[in-house]
Amino acid sequence: MADTGIERLALRMAKVEKYFGLVCALKQIDLEVGSNEIVGLIGDNGAGKSTVVKILSGVFPPTSGDLYITGRKVDLSNYSVKQAHLHGVETVYQDKSLGEKQDLWRNFFVGRQITYPFGFINVKKEKQIAEDIMRKTIGFRSAGITVDSKVSKLSGGERQGVAIGRAMHFEAELIVLDEPTVALSLKEVGKVLDFVHKIKQAGKACVYISHDIQDVFEIADRFVIMDRGEIVARIPKKEISLKALGEFMLDYAHGRKDMEKR
Amino acid sequence: MKRKGSFLSLNRLEGLPIALVLVTLYIVFMITAPRVFTGYRIYMSFFQTVPPMLVLALGLTFVITAGEIDLSFSSVIAFSGFVFAWFFRTFDGFWVVWVGILLALAAGALVGYVNGVLVAKIGVPSIMATLAAQFFWSGLTVLLAGGLSWNIKDIRDNAAHDIFTGRIFGVLPAQAIWSLGLVIFLWFILNRHRFGEAIMFLGDNPNVARVVGIDVEKTRVQLFTLNGLIAGFAALLLTIEMNTFWTTQGQGYLMLALAAVFIGGTSIAGGEGSIVGTFFGAYIIGSLEAGVVATGIGGYWTALVSGLVMGASVVLNILIGEGRFTKLSGRLLQWSRVGHDADGSRLPSDENVGR
Repeated sequence: MADTGIERLALRMAKVEKYFGLVCALKQIDLEVGSNEIVGLIGDNGAGKSTVVKILSGVFPPTSGDLYITGRKVDLSNYSVKQAHLHGVETVYQDKSLGEKQDLWRNFFVGRQITYPFGFINVKKEKQIAEDIMRKTIGFRSAGITVDSKVSKLSGGERQGVAIGRAMHFEAELIVLDEPTVALSLKEVGKVLDFVHKIKQAGKACVYISHDIQDVFEIADRFVIMDRGEIVARIPKKEISLKALGEFMLDYAHGRKDMEKR
Repeated sequence: MKRKGSFLSLNRLEGLPIALVLVTLYIVFMITAPRVFTGYRIYMSFFQTVPPMLVLALGLTFVITAGEIDLSFSSVIAFSGFVFAWFFRTFDGFWVVWVGILLALAAGALVGYVNGVLVAKIGVPSIMATLAAQFFWSGLTVLLAGGLSWNIKDIRDNAAHDIFTGRIFGVLPAQAIWSLGLVIFLWFILNRHRFGEAIMFLGDNPNVARVVGIDVEKTRVQLFTLNGLIAGFAALLLTIEMNTFWTTQGQGYLMLALAAVFIGGTSIAGGEGSIVGTFFGAYIIGSLEAGVVATGIGGYWTALVSGLVMGASVVLNILIGEGRFTKLSGRLLQWSRVGHDADGSRLPSDENVGR
């Protein structure tokens, strides 16, 4: 197995389980992501991908299990979105990363503003840094879009670019991308994948969640396949072709259908 | 993209459309009722009557920006007013009025806090929680006061009366200055403070607010508490100015304050709020009745004209806010040009629109 950066793990989930009442959403999840590695987490709807994302990003804690980020064990009893940010975990969601009606500069810093005493926002500095992130980190070139523009003026791909740029600015050790290309046109998907390449160039770890196998195949170094709350396979990119991966996933989809019939 | 003309930059001036409506309104009144509206007295009387409603509308602007609603604030006027009047009547000493003021503010904050807990922690829709609160707190006030109104005219001799509602230079009501100060302070809180930003993201999309690390529940409780506190302040301005507490005070303010917020350009969908717009909106709402009566067309017209002005303000806000004003003016220009062409052969083309 190609142990890319395994000596320095960005993330380790050990025996993580999640129950919602009596329903088991995640069973014994062991997931490792090396630094400078993009792991594609794939699976059908209901496989548990989003639950993994929410645990990583601090939206809710797991029922049991441990979480290590850059080798440090995370205290899950008071793990929150803020704590996740402090640990260097940033999440880019399909559609809820940015406030639609808000100015771009606000979106870069909301939740961790640069402030004067008493919590008043240093607007000038925030705008300046936002401008820098847009031009340098994510190479924004869209005409007519400035830090004062509303998010609603941006295309879907540009929005994901802003979210990814924000994650990189805050020096994330691990960037979680939750279905970032759903509902985007082909051209916009291309933009998003370019942004993801930038993450890798910057030497950051990344978990890329998708059910679009084509995107994942293009971007990921390794695939982790989930089904009904379990990890069922881990495949390095070198060992499989896109076609084989697609067939593998289809088998699972059919396998499930057979189960249901019985 | 090319039009970097004056209209675009005007769009960015907060509250501009609604300020224009106010100015237009006063100009119309100056023409139709010159004897009243060219003197200063009518404006001084607006500065006396509008501030309590303006203060209420400011708090409400926060609530609506956060995508919530509060119908209970007018009962805070009664409840906080009661707390203040009761304390002032019951105890003696120079300190009484100041403690009374603090208690009245605390009473308002308490009402708001209960609303906030109901909405944020238990998950009651804010319209329902605050409607119930509206009945509960005004009912409690009637019960505690035994249905009576109280005269507290002794307060006229108190320094607090001069500080909050005295006449500066013998003419300008102090509450106008207080409410203006609050406008400026709350503008900074909404637009330049972490709390205001949390309010805007919350109103925009609570899911986004949550994943960017805003404590949604805590912010909601703070929001309603703040609104109760502000309503308590409005109650003080009203009670001290009137030297009286009565159990139904504040009941007429609900619709007026809501109207002031909405014609000021704050979106009912949440996520965007304009403190400056609310300021002008409150003065429009507060000037209409007196203005219409002063023009001499008769009191029967008041409601109709009020409705017209409110409707026109909201339409104007939408047109300018979405940048459609430039298109509109372009189109008007075109139509007038087509009218001038004798043969009328030049049909409007898109090239001219939006210049």
